[in-house]
Amino acid sequence: MDERKKVVVPIGPYHPLLEEPEFFSLYCDGERVVDMEWEAGYNHRGIEKLAENKHWDQVPFLVERICGICSNSHPVAYCNAVEDLLGLEIPERAKYLRSLISEMERVHSHLLWVGLAGHFLGYNTVFMWAWKYREPVLDMFELITGNRNNYGIMKIGGVRRDVADEDIPTLKAVFGGLKGKVEMLTKAVLDDPVLAARLKGVGVLTPQDIRDYGAVGPVARASGVDIDVRRDSPYAAYDRVDWKVITQPDGDLLARAVVRLLEIFESLKIIDQCLEALPRVRGDYAAEVREIPPGEGIGHAEALRGEVFHYIRSDGSNRPVRHKVRAPSYVNIPTFKASCIGETIADVAIILAGVDPCYCCTERVAVYDTDRKKTMYTFDDLVKLSQEKTRKIRHG
Amino acid sequence: MGLRTKALKKSLWVFHLSTGSCNNCDIEILDCLTPRHDIERFGITLVGSPRHCDVLLVTGIVTRKNLERVKKLYQQVPKPCIVVAVGTCPCSGNMFRESYTMAGPLDKVIPVDVFIPGCPPKPEAIIAGIVKLLGKI
Amino acid sequence: MKILEQLKEKLADKIVKIEQPNKTRLYITVDRKDLSEAVQAVFSGLGGRYVIASAVDNFDNFEILYHFAFDRENVMVSLRVFLEREKPEVESFAALIPGIAYIEREMWELFGINFLNHPNLKHFLLPVDWPEGNYPLRKANG
Repeated sequence: MDERKKVVVPIGPYHPLLEEPEFFSLYCDGERVVDMEWEAGYNHRGIEKLAENKHWDQVPFLVERICGICSNSHPVAYCNAVEDLLGLEIPERAKYLRSLISEMERVHSHLLWVGLAGHFLGYNTVFMWAWKYREPVLDMFELITGNRNNYGIMKIGGVRRDVADEDIPTLKAVFGGLKGKVEMLTKAVLDDPVLAARLKGVGVLTPQDIRDYGAVGPVARASGVDIDVRRDSPYAAYDRVDWKVITQPDGDLLARAVVRLLEIFESLKIIDQCLEALPRVRGDYAAEVREIPPGEGIGHAEALRGEVFHYIRSDGSNRPVRHKVRAPSYVNIPTFKASCIGETIADVAIILAGVDPCYCCTERVAVYDTDRKKTMYTFDDLVKLSQEKTRKIRHG
Repeated sequence: MGLRTKALKKSLWVFHLSTGSCNNCDIEILDCLTPRHDIERFGITLVGSPRHCDVLLVTGIVTRKNLERVKKLYQQVPKPCIVVAVGTCPCSGNMFRESYTMAGPLDKVIPVDVFIPGCPPKPEAIIAGIVKLLGKI
Repeated sequence: MKILEQLKEKLADKIVKIEQPNKTRLYITVDRKDLSEAVQAVFSGLGGRYVIASAVDNFDNFEILYHFAFDRENVMVSLRVFLEREKPEVESFAALIPGIAYIEREMWELFGINFLNHPNLKHFLLPVDWPEGNYPLRKANG
C-alpha cells in the first residue's frame, strides 16, 4: 500500500467520554480503517507489584480499584483464587451475598454502557435515562455496603458484611421497579430504525476472531460463542439460581447491545432469587481463614465485560509471592483490530464503545493526511462524527 | 473577563482529565451531569477541549506515561485556571503511592487549588467542592 | 480427567510433571524444547480457549504459565515452562494465537524475558523512555 495514502488516526490520549486516557492508532485509507494499534499503559499503576507487598486480606481493597466499573468482580476472582488454593468452600449465605452484589454491579454497569453508547450515537436522552435508572442501584449499594462504588465487601472465605433482613424489602422494591424501566429502555433502543441502521452489520466479529484473541463476555456471546464463567465454572450461588446465558448469532454491534440489555433482565432474575433465599439461608457469611499455606491458585469470575482471571502463588507467608491479574478488556480490546477493519472513521467511536472497554482494567487518534499533514482528532471529534452520521441517516 | 465575573455572568467551563485512574471518580464526575445532581444549574458546563476551560478537574495518580502530557496540557490551558484534584489519587497517590509508575501526586506536577478526597468522592462532595471554589474566586 | 488423558496421549513422555490439585485445575510442566508442541496440542489440538500467560520470577529461574480454559469441562489447564535466569527467552506464539502478542510484550518489559520472532516487541505498558534493563516485576530488580 502506498505509504502516503495511509492515514493514521490516533485516538486519545484524552477522551472526555471514555473518561480514561487510551491511545489507539488507526491506519486509514481514505475513510476506511485498514489497521489498528493499541498502546496501553496510561492507567498502568503497577498493581501486580503492589500486591506483593500487601497482606492477603489487604489485596481485595487494592484490586477493587483496578477498575471502578467492574470493581467487585476483581475481589471475587481473587478470593476465588485463594479459596482454590485452600480448597475452601465458602458458607451458603456468603454464596448468595456474593451473587447478589455481583449481579447488582452488572445491572448498574450495563445501564452505564447503554447510556454511554446512546451518547456516542447522539441520543442524549438515552444517556440521561440510563444513568438516572442507575442511581437507585447505587443507592442500594450504599445501603448495604456503605459506598456507591468500591464496596470493600469481599474477603477470603466470604463477605465482610451481612445484609440485614429489614433491608430486603427495600432492595426488592428498587430492583422490582427497575424491570419496567429497563423494558422501556430496551424497546426504545431496539425498535429505533435509525439505531438499527447504525448498529446492524457494523463491527462484526466472527467466532474465529473471538478464538484468536481469547475474547470473552458479551463481546464473545454476541458472536454466538456460548461461554459464561457463571455457568461453566460455577462460583457463589450461580448454580443454585435459575437464569440463562444470553447469546446472539450475528456478531455485530446490534448483537452486543442486545446481549447486554437482555443480560440486565437475567441479572434482575438472579437478584430476586437471592433476595428470596437470604431470609432462609442462615448461618455464617464468612469462613474463618487463619493462614495461606504454600501453593498456587486460579480464580475466575464473570465480570460485566467477561471473564476476569486471577492467579496467585503463596510461599506460606502473609503476602502473595505473585499475583497475576487479567481483566476481560485485555483480551477484548485487541478485537478492535478485527472489528474496525473495513469500517469508516465515523463508526469507530461506537465500535470502540461496543467492546465496552474498561481501560483501567487492562492497565489501561493522529490523522496523517495523504500529504503527511497531521491533524489531531480527539475522541470527542470522533464522537461528533458518529453523532453526525446518525443525524444524516435520520434526516435522509 | 475575570473568572469571577465569568462565573457570575456565564458558565464556567470545566475540562475533565484522567491521569491514570480506576475510573470511579471519572464516572462520578459524569454523574454530576445527570438529572439527580444536575451540575449545570450551578452554571458549570463540562467541555470537550482544554483550550478554553476555566476549571481543570483531574483524577488519577499521574502515571509516568501521562506526566509530560499533563504538564503540556496545563501549559496550554489559558490562565487563570483553577485546578481541582478529584479523589484521593491526585491528592496523595492513594494506595498506588509506592508504585513504580507513580509520578504524582498531582501537586508535585502542577499547582492545585482544590482537593476533594474520597475513593470515590460522592457527586455531592464533588459539587460541594466546586461550589466552595466558586465562592472563593 | 478426560483432558488429562487426551494430553497424555498427545504429549506422552514430553510431560515432565502433572499437578492436579483439584478436579478443575491441571498444571502440566514441559521442557522449553517441547513447549511449542504442548501449546499447539492444548490450543489447536484440543481447542482450549486462550486465557492469558503469567510470568513468575523464582529468583533462580523464570517461569511462564500459559493458561487455557476448557469451558464445557470446567477445567483450567496451565502449561508450565522454566527458563534460565541469565538469558530468559522463549519463542513467541503470536502467529498461532494473535491475542497473545500483548502479554508477551508485557512479560518482556516487566520481566525482561525475550520472545523470539515476536512481530512487535516494544513497550506496551511502560513509557518508551523507561530505563533499559529495569524490569519492575523482577524480584531483585535487575
